[in-house]
Amino acid sequence: MTEAVIEIEKLRFRWSAGDDFCLDIPSFAARAGERVFLYGPSGSGKSTLLGLLGGVLVPECGRLRLLGTELPRLQPSVRDRFRADHVGFLFQQFNLIPYLSVIDNVLLSCRFSGRRRARATAAGASLHAEARRLLKHLDLEESLHRREVTRLSVGQQQRVAAARALIGRPEIVIADEPTSALDAERQGAFLDLLARECAAAGSTLLFVSHDRRLAAGFDRELSLASISRTDVGQQAA
Amino acid sequence: MRFLLLLAARSAWNRRLTLGMTLIAVALSVTLLLAVERVRLEARNSFAQSVSGTDLVVGARSSPVQLMLYAVFRIGEATNNIGWQSYRAIAGNPAVAWSIPLSLGDSHHGFPVLGTTAAYFEHFRYADSQALTLAAGKPFAELFDAVLGAEVAQRLGYRLGDSIVLNHGMGDVSLAEHADKPFKVVGILARTGTPVDRTVHVSLEAMEAIHLDWAGGAPLPGLSIPAEYVRKFDLTPKEITAVLVGLKSRAAVFKVQRQINNDTTEPLLAVLPGVALDQLWQVVGFAERTLLAVSAMVVAVGLAGLVAVVLASLGERRRELAILRSVGARPGEVFLLLSAEGLFITVLGALLGVALLALLTALLAPLAQAHFGLAFRARWVSADELRLLGAVVAVGLIASLAPGYRAYRLSLADGLTPRL
Ligand SMILES: Nc1ncnc2c1ncn2[C@@H]1O[C@H](COP(=O)(O)OP(=O)(O)OP(=O)(O)O)[C@@H](O)[C@H]1O
Ligand SMILES: [Mg+2]
Repeated sequence: MTEAVIEIEKLRFRWSAGDDFCLDIPSFAARAGERVFLYGPSGSGKSTLLGLLGGVLVPECGRLRLLGTELPRLQPSVRDRFRADHVGFLFQQFNLIPYLSVIDNVLLSCRFSGRRRARATAAGASLHAEARRLLKHLDLEESLHRREVTRLSVGQQQRVAAARALIGRPEIVIADEPTSALDAERQGAFLDLLARECAAAGSTLLFVSHDRRLAAGFDRELSLASISRTDVGQQAA
Repeated sequence: MRFLLLLAARSAWNRRLTLGMTLIAVALSVTLLLAVERVRLEARNSFAQSVSGTDLVVGARSSPVQLMLYAVFRIGEATNNIGWQSYRAIAGNPAVAWSIPLSLGDSHHGFPVLGTTAAYFEHFRYADSQALTLAAGKPFAELFDAVLGAEVAQRLGYRLGDSIVLNHGMGDVSLAEHADKPFKVVGILARTGTPVDRTVHVSLEAMEAIHLDWAGGAPLPGLSIPAEYVRKFDLTPKEITAVLVGLKSRAAVFKVQRQINNDTTEPLLAVLPGVALDQLWQVVGFAERTLLAVSAMVVAVGLAGLVAVVLASLGERRRELAILRSVGARPGEVFLLLSAEGLFITVLGALLGVALLALLTALLAPLAQAHFGLAFRARWVSADELRLLGAVVAVGLIASLAPGYRAYRLSLADGLTPRL
């Protein structure tokens, strides 16, 4: 068994001191290269969990280890660098910066991380070439690379965002409902592409959605309610 | 860091229309501020340079400020003249080294005409004790000779030997002309940067001569004395407007001043030009400081507008900030990104303002010279102006921290999922 990339133990999080716990996770782990599908109804705390994994939120207690590093123990700015170095994020919609070109949007991940930059160019190609290669793998032909990002279709935009999450082969790719704005057919195609590229990059994929139908093709499928003992999650589920 | 600045620039370019408008507002306000500062400085300079080496200025009793205005700056008119006898008495005072009688009241195309004597060319000093020099010709010798200030000659295109006609009274357009007694231009003075440049100089006798057949501002009906006959009359002036006095010893200045002010035959006023200039500057200075304060306020308004625009853009940029956070930007970097924008616009506005000022100076300098006698030369930004610009940028920087801080707070609260 390969070693765990994400490890959570006895983690609790709440938004403010008086509230109920939004998340209470006794234990959760994801192995390197694993593709995990996590589902739960709206408001169950999926995005909150991703915030914790990204090091933007800090748990009240418990352990949260990414690649063996205890994330909450790090200084906030070191956590930000850690995220830049090891985690690729992909969101629901409007993932791109409107005033940057397609290529520059992809390269954004490399701007804040020397490690991602180094890994992207490890094969000997330039950063731009690597970005173009990834885009092509994600079925975006060259003619689209120079187009303004605001004039791409939503599906095309999501694929550019996927390239950004994947460039520099981060150990972890976290996707927060990246397909919710796509129709059923496109959803399937996009998921296939994403899974394929994560496998190529050797990244662990944590895919979050409220739609269980997308779970096909993942190594593991679990509901947030099954890992988190919160009232909110259970009631909603 | 370099990437962040590049990002800030790209983002700003993306919103160039709104930011462009605020940039123009900032640039215009900076231009205004610098222009006011320049006018202020130039006014003060030409003020301080207008007279030098004169120990006392004497006129009919009025306020020192008013006396300086008409005797030195040739602005406005004297309410009263002083009698020739009084002038003789002052000139004859044993403490007095030299005296220059001044007779004002007529004009030529809006330029003041000054009746005086050869002593004017000999003793008058300006700036750092500089004497008047002739750029061409010689001082007046004949009765109807005139010596022009540099500005008069240049603006009206006069050369030596040209014939000019004086107008009665001051003002641009005057119907009453001394057309029957034209003057010949015999000399043109070198530029001084003082009111001398705007003056037409003639002899006291000529002043008397052209007014022989006049009374109370109009020609006497039925009486016309041709130019060739005026020499038969006694052309000693009966009245003059003011006197510039130089003393043998400066130590005597207060004594002579007291003597003149206590003269019982006529109510006279003698002032020390330095003291009177200071008083005059206080009057003008107040307006000038107010003007500077107002233009500083305009700059503040411009910068406030800038902050408002940057803050307003934050609403639509929350998503953008969340994306940057997700790829690893720290809240501090988000702060920098937003602060840089305001600072960037301020600095650009300041530079544009300077450029605009240079352009305006080039375009409007001739006008300012002609209408106000202020000489603006194209020049680099002075140390004082740099300090003003520095202050503008500093205030801009501080103001820009506001949107930066707001973005910082937002990105901490939003994390990776922007809330709208
Ligand atoms: N910034 C915040 N401050 C306080 N409470 C918050 C904040 N963000 C989310 N919450 C609360 O935390 C809970 C979980 O929210 P979260 O966004 O994680 O849900 P989600 O599972 O991602 O839902 P969805 O599927 O709609 O995206 C919700 O009850 C929400 O109201
Ligand atoms: Mg969510």
